[in-house]
Amino acid sequence: MVELLGLTAGLFALFVSFGFMVGVFFGFFGMGGAFLVTPALLILGYPAPVAIGSTMTFVFGTAIIATLKHHDAGQVDYRLGALMFVGITLGIELGSRLVFGLEVLGIANLVVSVAYVLLLAAIGLLFTKNALEADSDEKTESAEATENADSDDDVPAIARRIKSYNIPPMMRLADGSTASLWTISGVGGGVGVVSGFLGVGGGFVRMPAIYYVIGTPLAVAVGTSLLGGLLSGGVGAFTYGRAGVIDLGIVTALLIGSALGARIGSSATAYVNEADVTIYFGLMLLLASVAVGLSELADWLARPILDQLSFVLLIGSSLLVCSMILYHGALAVRRGAGDPTEADK
Amino acid sequence: MSGTELFAGGPPAVHAIALITVVFVEAIVLYVGYGVIEDAIAPAVFGRLRQ
Repeated sequence: MVELLGLTAGLFALFVSFGFMVGVFFGFFGMGGAFLVTPALLILGYPAPVAIGSTMTFVFGTAIIATLKHHDAGQVDYRLGALMFVGITLGIELGSRLVFGLEVLGIANLVVSVAYVLLLAAIGLLFTKNALEADSDEKTESAEATENADSDDDVPAIARRIKSYNIPPMMRLADGSTASLWTISGVGGGVGVVSGFLGVGGGFVRMPAIYYVIGTPLAVAVGTSLLGGLLSGGVGAFTYGRAGVIDLGIVTALLIGSALGARIGSSATAYVNEADVTIYFGLMLLLASVAVGLSELADWLARPILDQLSFVLLIGSSLLVCSMILYHGALAVRRGAGDPTEADK
Repeated sequence: MSGTELFAGGPPAVHAIALITVVFVEAIVLYVGYGVIEDAIAPAVFGRLRQ
């Protein structure tokens, strides 16, 4: 049988296609790598260290491509990303110590699982609610909106309120606004604690935290979150690389697909109306919380069928959101909203 | 052979750095490669979509 980088031709094609979907997702939302790839590799029968190590390395590679694409569009705040990374690193240490503490009490698995499900559901609800509100605001106040339009309209109300408390030292963000260093450190530390505590990449927390708490426009939150993914993915790749558990064949096949997907997803942020897709993102996170819940139940009840159901739900909802991004992108082009290749220049 | 075996035998840290370098180079090559393809075919694709 024909083999490519240790994979059968069929498996290689599957990884390239799957990589494309994850790439679109990653480029558009600044998250979704570890979240989707690790369970897929586990379902395919790869040992957990290989699945996690290869995913981390894949996230690192895809984040390079997506960050470069967002960089071209001026959507990456490097100083903010670097400062957050310091907080994230310290937070991961704190989060992992918290897990070890809970392990001594014998409740680590229960607490981590419940926290993961609740956090996904909470972020999903937040995005869905805000998208619905933005949609109704758009319909009822379109005239007023054009009158009062300024760059702050890109920032959610909650972030504007947090930004109004000027606690020094203040730091200037790439969009010209300022944010307290305390807020940035707090967000970085908080995201790190969640990553370390749940054992996840943290993109699904990092991007909303930058957007809703630090208060950057959504596209900059995505670009800066990707930079965070690049840095944490690099650290993860190094750690697992030292253990010799990374499968370069899987990483390469996924990267071939995701490199194209990430270009399309990143470009789409420049011309697709965020509210059109944000609602799908919120719903996807809600479905993902159900999927994670089912996966945990599968372990507790020793019912592997629930694990497969969880995987189908996760991939199905991701595929739906990915299709919606491509559909709304094509629609925007038909309406003449702009050529992404021009937008990047 | 997945390619990972090429780095076997060296110290773990060197193994990890070599692997990260390979992935970094792959990412850059793919970014540039797809960029060239995008520049070449994007106007035609967007023209078709607008129709």
